[in-house]
Order: sequence, then structure tokens, then C-alpha cells
Amino acid sequence: MSDFFTLALLTATLRMATPLVFAAMGGLLSERAGVMNIGLEGMMLIGAFFSVAGTWWTGSPWLGLPIGMGAAAVAGLVHAVWCVTLRGNQIVAGTAINLIAAGLTAFLTQLIWGRAGGSETVSRLPNAFSGLNILVIFAFALVPLVHVFLFRSRRGLHTMAAGESPQAAESVGINVTAYRYAAVVASGALAGAGGAFLSIGNLSYFTLDMTAGRGFIALAAVIFGGWNPLGAAAACLLFGASQAVQIQAQATPGFPISSDLLVALPYLLTLVAVTGLIRNSNPPAGLGKHASAH
Amino acid sequence: MTNRASSSILMVVGSILAVIAALLVGAIVIAVSGHDPWEAYRALAEGALGSRRGRAETLVYAAPLLLGGLAFAVAARAGMFNIGIEGQLVMGGFAAALIGASDWNLPGPVHITLALLAAILAGGFWGAIPGFLRAVTGAHEVITTIMLNYLAFRLITYLIQKRSDWLPVDPQVQGTNRVLDDARLPVLLERTRLHLGVVIALIVALLIWFVLFHTVVGYKIRTVGLSRGAASYGGINWGLTVTLAMALAGALAGLAGAGESIGLHGRHSASPPGLGFTAIAVGLVGRNNPIGVIFSALLFGLLSAGAPSMQANAGVSREIVLVIQGLVILAVAAFEAINRFSWFRKFTSPPASPGGDRASQVGMAPEVEPRPTPPAL
Repeated sequence: MSDFFTLALLTATLRMATPLVFAAMGGLLSERAGVMNIGLEGMMLIGAFFSVAGTWWTGSPWLGLPIGMGAAAVAGLVHAVWCVTLRGNQIVAGTAINLIAAGLTAFLTQLIWGRAGGSETVSRLPNAFSGLNILVIFAFALVPLVHVFLFRSRRGLHTMAAGESPQAAESVGINVTAYRYAAVVASGALAGAGGAFLSIGNLSYFTLDMTAGRGFIALAAVIFGGWNPLGAAAACLLFGASQAVQIQAQATPGFPISSDLLVALPYLLTLVAVTGLIRNSNPPAGLGKHASAH
Repeated sequence: MTNRASSSILMVVGSILAVIAALLVGAIVIAVSGHDPWEAYRALAEGALGSRRGRAETLVYAAPLLLGGLAFAVAARAGMFNIGIEGQLVMGGFAAALIGASDWNLPGPVHITLALLAAILAGGFWGAIPGFLRAVTGAHEVITTIMLNYLAFRLITYLIQKRSDWLPVDPQVQGTNRVLDDARLPVLLERTRLHLGVVIALIVALLIWFVLFHTVVGYKIRTVGLSRGAASYGGINWGLTVTLAMALAGALAGLAGAGESIGLHGRHSASPPGLGFTAIAVGLVGRNNPIGVIFSALLFGLLSAGAPSMQANAGVSREIVLVIQGLVILAVAAFEAINRFSWFRKFTSPPASPGGDRASQVGMAPEVEPRPTPPAL
């Protein structure tokens, strides 16, 4: 028991939290700008796939990463066109993106590598130190950046204005459409980086549906963290820790907490959080609303 | 032509155009991948409709999508966005399989009825939770249903792996034990997989149509979906109606799961089947109208049933069907958007009262409902 909480557990926690942090920062930007993004899951999957495909084509994971992020940003762009320009329902568009991502990545895996389960092995991004991939560092460095951007920069404040009260923002000359486009495309790119961590950071290949619901957990972290970058990152660490402890608990006979409870923890906590029992859970006021009525 | 009729014709046309657009974009993807799209679609149609077995498969695939699509539609009519179909479906499928796999020496019809009831209760309960939470705490159903999906998977995995001592489950196959032969929904057509669940789904669809449009409960559900304020003013209990609609939606999804477990597969296995998300597309394309949902379920069933033949005979991998389904959703949403722009509406429907049947657009139209005011940052 004494050697249960080791350095290995800490690094495992950081590893589990990294893809969540990337996607959560993306989801946060999108939601703060007033666009719900349940397509995060699909965007992560696209990022995971295209970073492997990009590495496969170019031979370098350093080129694979931007290719993966770019492809996911295109998915973000599609989401933005449907949600902002066409004024469609944001949940509908997100659902469609998730379906298309699942189908397209499976289809292309078959096409490129001629097999159903996953890609061939490619080279992966290097570790920064002691088993921690370079993307882990990037992910956690991103958190204060997003925080400063949102709360301290002019553009960040405008982004939040577009999310809180689109009509008021528009009336003072803020281009709500442009800010929402930028936020949603950025959220795609960041979710893509989260996916890339899974495929060319943590592993070195793509497997079907390898995101396994992490996009939804990231969304949960945004909500559980109260739509705040630091809060969301803390939620990601908590959810990452519950996964890391669960994996180690399975290997430790007689561990006092049920590993099944640990896996379910992110979902349970978020469920309790959105009912307002833990904390005030208030989304940006303009979430899902459009700037001016037609 | 009445306003209402012209707007429903417009919706039907919109759905058909959306499907055509999605097939066209799918054809481009197939062509870019180096295959002949015409050949691929021909093989798909051939596989789904060209033989007695293929036609039966189309119906077998359509049945859970029909019930799942109804689960989306009923919730949407009450103004609720049900992304929890997947979780409600596996809860129902698991519950039905547990009953079906228990050897109680019951006559077949009684055993089947009990299993279906268990599915309705389990799915209905899982659906009622987000309805209740929305009614009492205002928690957004999109978030709660997503969480409940994963909680359902986890709960079932836990029960299968850790509770084989008091449940008829088998950790080795990661599923329940096999459903007793007497408790299986009987196959209706020799040498096919066409089972009684298909007929049940169709009857339920007609029943839901009747409930929605010809009963007080249905009237309440639709009124609540059209305008929460007006419903409350008219004396309808909003919270109760929303919870009821979600429970009904969950029960429908649960029934879909039962058809899969005690009908098609003969057991419930832990791997999530992913039907719940396709069901959303089915509901949207069917414009949340039970009759429309029947047709869209048939279409999506056809796509799924033909996919293996397309893969075998045209060399196009079957996952393209998922892409096409996603594209259909995007296309429906796009046509809905175009319809909202005034320049288009001017040509297609009378100007006075656009979109006569507004509730059928829930899930399409942007949300305008007021949310709780957030505190200052």
C-alpha cells in the first residue's frame, strides 16, 4: 500500500490527463464563444488518424502533428459553418461530425493500410523526460496561455462577449461571427492535438475508435471546471487520476476502492455537478444563441 | 393548399433532397478513393433489396433504428434533445437478456412478455433520469444523457464481470448467458433473421403516432415542446410532462435493445453497438414524425443491410455508410437552414405563418430557450 502512490502513478495521471486537457481547452474556447461542441470526440479521432497518416506520408511526427491538427481544424470549420453561418442546431452538427469521423477514419484506415483494425506503426513524438511525452508539457503549458488569453487579452474578452451576449457584443462593434469561427476552428485544432497525443505521442499507431469517449470526458471537464481554464485543467487531472489509479488498482490485489467506481467517477461527478449540487454550474449565457434574429 | 400541408410537403422534400445530397457527397468520397460509386451503390442496393434474405436483413436492421428514432422523436416533441438513446438501449437490451436467460420454467409467451417489460422499465428508468433532472434542477439533458450513456456501459460491464454469482452473465464472453430458446422472439420467415421484433417495432410506431396526435398525453408533450410558457399558462405541468416524455423515449429505446438481445443475437454483449447515434439521424430525417421515422428507418436499414455486399462485391469498405449517415444529418440541418432564410421561404410557403408544424423541427432549429443567468465573471 505504501508504494502505491509512486512517481509512476503521477506520470500515469499526467499521461491520462493530457489528451483531456487539449480537448478541454478547445471545448472551453468554443463554449466561451457561445458554440456548443459535442463534436470534440470526432475532432479528436480525426486528429489521431491524420497525425498518423501525416507521419506515414512525410516520415516525420513533427509534420504529422500539424497535419492532424489541421484536419481536425477543418472539422471545426465544418462545425462553424453549420452552427454560425447556417444557424443550425449545434448538437445536431456535433453529432454528425462524430458519426462522420468514426466512419471516415475507419474507411481511410482500410484504404491506406489495407486492414480493418488500425494503422501500421509510425515513429512517434519524442519524450521530454522520464516517460513523459513532449505533448504532455505542451498541454499543461497551454492552460495558463488560454487563461491569460480569455481573461487578460482584448481578443479573449471579445470572444467571451460573443458567448455571453452575442447581440450586445454585436451592437458595440464586435464581429461575433469572426470570433465564433476562430474559436470553433481553434477548438478543432486543439482537440486534434489531443488525438495526436494518443496516436503519435503515447502510442505510435492509430486504432479504430481509439479516443473511446475522451472527447465527451473533456466536455465534462469543461462543465465540471465551471467553464474556467484552470478549473477545467484541474478536472482533467482529477479524471486522469481516477483512470490512472483504476489501472493500478486492477493490478493491486485487495485495493480498497472498486476500480469500476473509479472508471465511472468522471461521469458520476459531472452528472452531480450539472445538477448544481456541488457548485453553481452556469454555462455562458449566449451558448447556443445567435447574434441577430433573421 | 393549407399552410400546414405545404410546410409538411416542404419537409418531406427537404429530407429527400438531404438524402440525395449525402449520397452524392458519399459518391465523391468513393470516387476519390479509387472506386466506381455507381458500382458501389448498385452492389449496396442489390445486397439490401435484390434477394429475399437481403430484404429481410433490411427490415432486421431497420427495426432497432425505428424504435431508436422514435425515442429521439418523442423526446424532441417535448423539446428535449435525447442523446441518451444508446444508454437507454443497452439498459433495455441487458435487462431483457437477463430475464430471457433465467430458467424459470415459464411458458414462452409469458417469458417473452416479462423480458420486454423489463426492457421497457430499464430503458424508461434510464430515460426518466435526465427528464427528471431537467425538470427539477434545470440540468441540461444533452450533458446528463451523455454521462448516463457511459454510466450504463460501465454499470453493465461491472455487472457482467463481477456479479456472475447472482446474475445469468458470463464474464468469458463479456455478455449475458444465452437467452432460452422459448424466450427468444421467434423468427417469422424461414432461412432469414426476420424476427417478431420487427413487427413489434412497426406496431409501436403506429401506436406512438396515435399517442402523439390523438391523446391528451401526446397533446401535452407537443404543447410543452412548442412553448413551455404557453403550456404552463394552459395548466400543463411542464416538469412532469418532460419527465414522462423522456421516460417514454427511454422505454422505446429499451425496447429496441430488447429486440437486439432476445430477438436478433440471443444474448446481450458488453460492446456498445453504436445504434443510438444512428437513431438520432433516423429521427431527424423522419422529422420527428412517427410515420416519417418509419420511412427513414427503412432507408437507414437498407444502407446497413447493403453495406456488406458493397464491401464484398465493389471493394468499398462498409464504413462509408457511417459517413453517409453523418452527411445526411448535416444535409438535413443545411436544408432546414436554407428554409429559414426568407428569400427561399418566399417561394415555398405562404408568408403569414411559416413552418406550421414547428415542433417537428425541434432538434433542427437553434435553441432559443432562456437559460439560467450566470453570475458575473
